[in-house]
Amino acid sequence: MSNYTVKIKVNGKVIDKEIESRWLLSDFLRDKLGLTGTHVGCEHGVCGACTVLLNGEPVRSCLMLAVQADGLEVETVESLAEEDGTFHPIQQAFANNHALQCGFCTPGFLMSMKNFIETHPVLPTDEEIREAISGNLCRCTGYSNIIKAVKEAYALKC
Amino acid sequence: MKQFVGQNVKRKEDYRLLTGSGRFVADIRIENMVEAAILRSPYAHARIKNIDLSEAKHYKGVLDVIVAADLKGNVKPFTEFVEFTFPPQLEADIKPTIKKNPEPMLAEDKVTFVGQAVAIVLAEDRYVAEDALALIKVDYEPLPVVTDPYETIKEDALVIHPELGNNIQSHFEVKVGDIDHAFRQANHILKTRIKTPRVSGNPLETRGVIAEYQERNQQLEVWSSTQVPFMVRSYLSKLVGLVEGNIRVVAPDVGGGFGPKCAVYPEEIIIPYLAMKYKRPVKWIEDRLEHMQSTRHSRDQVHDVEVAFRNDGTIIGLKDQFLLDNGAHNSFALCCAYNSAAHLRGMYHIPNYEITGRIVLTNKTPNVPYRGAGRPEAVYVMDRIIYMVADKLNLDPVEVSMRNFVRPEQMPYETGIFYRDGANMVLENGDYVKSLQQAMKIAGYEEFRQHQEEARKNNKYIGIGFSSYIEGTGIGPFEGAAVKVDTTGHILVGVGSSPHGQSHETTLSQICADVFGVNPEQVSVRAGDTSLLPYGVGTFASRGAVTAGSAVHGASKQLKEKFLLIAGQMLGVSINDLEMYGGKVSLKNSPSKFVTLQEIAQAAKPGPRCKVPIGIEPGASATYYFVPPTVTFSSGFHVAVVEVDKETGFVGILRYIVVHDCGRVINPKIVDGQIQGGVAQGIGGALYEEIIYDKNGQLVTGTYMDYLIPTAMEVPEVEMGHQEYLSPHNPMGIKGVGEGGAISPPAAIANAVCDAMRPLKIEINSLPISPNKLRSLIEEAESAESVLN
Repeated sequence: MSNYTVKIKVNGKVIDKEIESRWLLSDFLRDKLGLTGTHVGCEHGVCGACTVLLNGEPVRSCLMLAVQADGLEVETVESLAEEDGTFHPIQQAFANNHALQCGFCTPGFLMSMKNFIETHPVLPTDEEIREAISGNLCRCTGYSNIIKAVKEAYALKC
Repeated sequence: MKQFVGQNVKRKEDYRLLTGSGRFVADIRIENMVEAAILRSPYAHARIKNIDLSEAKHYKGVLDVIVAADLKGNVKPFTEFVEFTFPPQLEADIKPTIKKNPEPMLAEDKVTFVGQAVAIVLAEDRYVAEDALALIKVDYEPLPVVTDPYETIKEDALVIHPELGNNIQSHFEVKVGDIDHAFRQANHILKTRIKTPRVSGNPLETRGVIAEYQERNQQLEVWSSTQVPFMVRSYLSKLVGLVEGNIRVVAPDVGGGFGPKCAVYPEEIIIPYLAMKYKRPVKWIEDRLEHMQSTRHSRDQVHDVEVAFRNDGTIIGLKDQFLLDNGAHNSFALCCAYNSAAHLRGMYHIPNYEITGRIVLTNKTPNVPYRGAGRPEAVYVMDRIIYMVADKLNLDPVEVSMRNFVRPEQMPYETGIFYRDGANMVLENGDYVKSLQQAMKIAGYEEFRQHQEEARKNNKYIGIGFSSYIEGTGIGPFEGAAVKVDTTGHILVGVGSSPHGQSHETTLSQICADVFGVNPEQVSVRAGDTSLLPYGVGTFASRGAVTAGSAVHGASKQLKEKFLLIAGQMLGVSINDLEMYGGKVSLKNSPSKFVTLQEIAQAAKPGPRCKVPIGIEPGASATYYFVPPTVTFSSGFHVAVVEVDKETGFVGILRYIVVHDCGRVINPKIVDGQIQGGVAQGIGGALYEEIIYDKNGQLVTGTYMDYLIPTAMEVPEVEMGHQEYLSPHNPMGIKGVGEGGAISPPAAIANAVCDAMRPLKIEINSLPISPNKLRSLIEEAESAESVLN
């Protein structure tokens, strides 16, 4: 197997590592960096559990190779809370609204929503929020509390 | 004193899950670990003529490749889960035929379904293990395949397991009243076939197992994404021949279960065995494609039902013969099938009832219980019947329902049959009339009917459908809890029930906190670990709150009593003069005189400073097993308001309403969350989800591109109404709530679609209601209409 040295900024820290070029970004984050907050739910790009931000844009980390992130910046769920443990507003809103049950899909929702809120500064309608989270599957909550949480996250940011 | 039961206490589970610091099985890494990948059968039925492992075994990074022959004599096959077999009085009553249907851990000389495990590669990482899988050469001789439940019961059908004689694995009958007499008395008889398809629970976390064996003390540690760690431990011990006390099974954070993780799987036995054999930790994480094929499916029932009724809509008799297509194996006895039989009449007083169930085998993945476990299938039958009777008599279905309800004054209502736990099945309390009225009030039924008429004139097809359910929840045989206070005064609770999203840490801490009069923050709940207490059962069948909740309540009360005794000794007073609240035991009439829980815990330690009264064991802990006398019946009504696009066959849900009774509510937000999530899964079953096999037994819906799980675009916010009839069967009056949300949506939505299309008299007696299916029904109805005209 061919190896490749990548330089990826992960959650603000530059990682310089030699890896097999076939390794998925999700496996690289989880197995090589120990960032197991990014979950793998389907490995074919449908469920969205593995969503991370690549240069600020949400991507399915199970659908890309780690080497494709070379020279880029990755943010995972582990980067959301403050160093002292204080929640990011979107995390706080999820906790306030019981927007998670088993919590497996949650990191994917949080990362998708971090980008959505940053790129849609005006409070969206419920329909727009539904559309925005429709790329993330949740099997536990039935989504309605997630929608409430996204709305509350807008309020908490102010 | 502030009570926490009944309050929206925030979840203790959330911090770790929101910050990525939860720990799911796949997150665990152990030094020197190897990873497993599994070769699965591409055939539904084939003889294995030869397996060539030479290349795979020599591939760089491979530790070994294991096939059935390697397990022979070391790992026994599964026969059945004794936990799901019937008590003797029930066996005597329904006289079932249940043939033992052992399942090999790895396919030996033949495979019987696509996805069956054939070989396991152990390698330095998963990538290498999967490389080696591609090098295994299996020489299969394909055999004829049977995938249809009606084909498989024919006399000349191929027999999948020759030792069983035929493909009918189980058979049972339930009889109440005089069915022939009822059918003779009826004004009308209606006969139909109603089918609930095969679906898959699909928790977002797949299955996974890690095992580590420590030779120095013969300890085997297993981490598994399971709902039933105690069952995994028990079968591991039995099938591999190990001392049970040397095995610890941990279910860490589990990413959803819904029933499929309630089975013990071959991988949960083989992976630990291999960890012992090779003296290396072994990790296996199922991928989604494996999950779709090999994690057990559910439902898949066809009912041939006949109903006898009077001109006024009173149903006097119901006959049903149904098949449950269980795939290639059944290790759950009559679990789902009997649930269907017991729940089919639901809230209705139908005095004459006869049902015959047959569990049949086909070349598909085996079935296990999934959220609702036989009840959504039964409810779909019963509530379609209500609508069909209404159609036939030109009555409002609400009227037909009202005419047939078990009335509050008939409660407790003897159903005339045994429940699955062997007790008489009795609906203990509730008011179904009021419940339906409440649901219809929220829905605005009268106004809707007017609005519907007007809409139809504008070629807009909207419909309303309802469905009712009762659900036996909180099944035994028992659940355990161990409560202790450590020397810092903190309360620790361990339970046998193992959560996967249900919020045990929060709700059970509320129960314990109320008994001790402390804040739930002073209580830590641990679950999902066989080392917590000697016996446990698990989380399934809407039983967590009822059984674990009652166990925590009982253990907490016992420990509180003991603490009062110790405090009495410490303060030199009788316990009658003492009360416990706020983390202290104080004198009733002199609250400034007190001892803290911490001081009492320290005084409970053995030794010269021990203040535990003579004759009582020292220690600050209590263990209690709650043994429910029988199940407790939750109930509810679902109302769906839909719009059908006649041109495309697309169904949109405009509103969804649930009125339910789950007895004492511990945490309203969590209860609502269970309902909303259950409804989402029920909507999936009603409109989108179906496991499809082609005639060769190939799985057609093997990815998330073909198996459609509802997204936020398809699930409306459920409008809820609550009733709270406390159960008399446990100290807090709790009834279970986990499954209710998923039970009624298929029936409610199908009825709503039929209602929307009422001018065309469409009958939707199979699911899911996909656009192409609905379009075909509309076309058929329209062409029949044009012929008539």
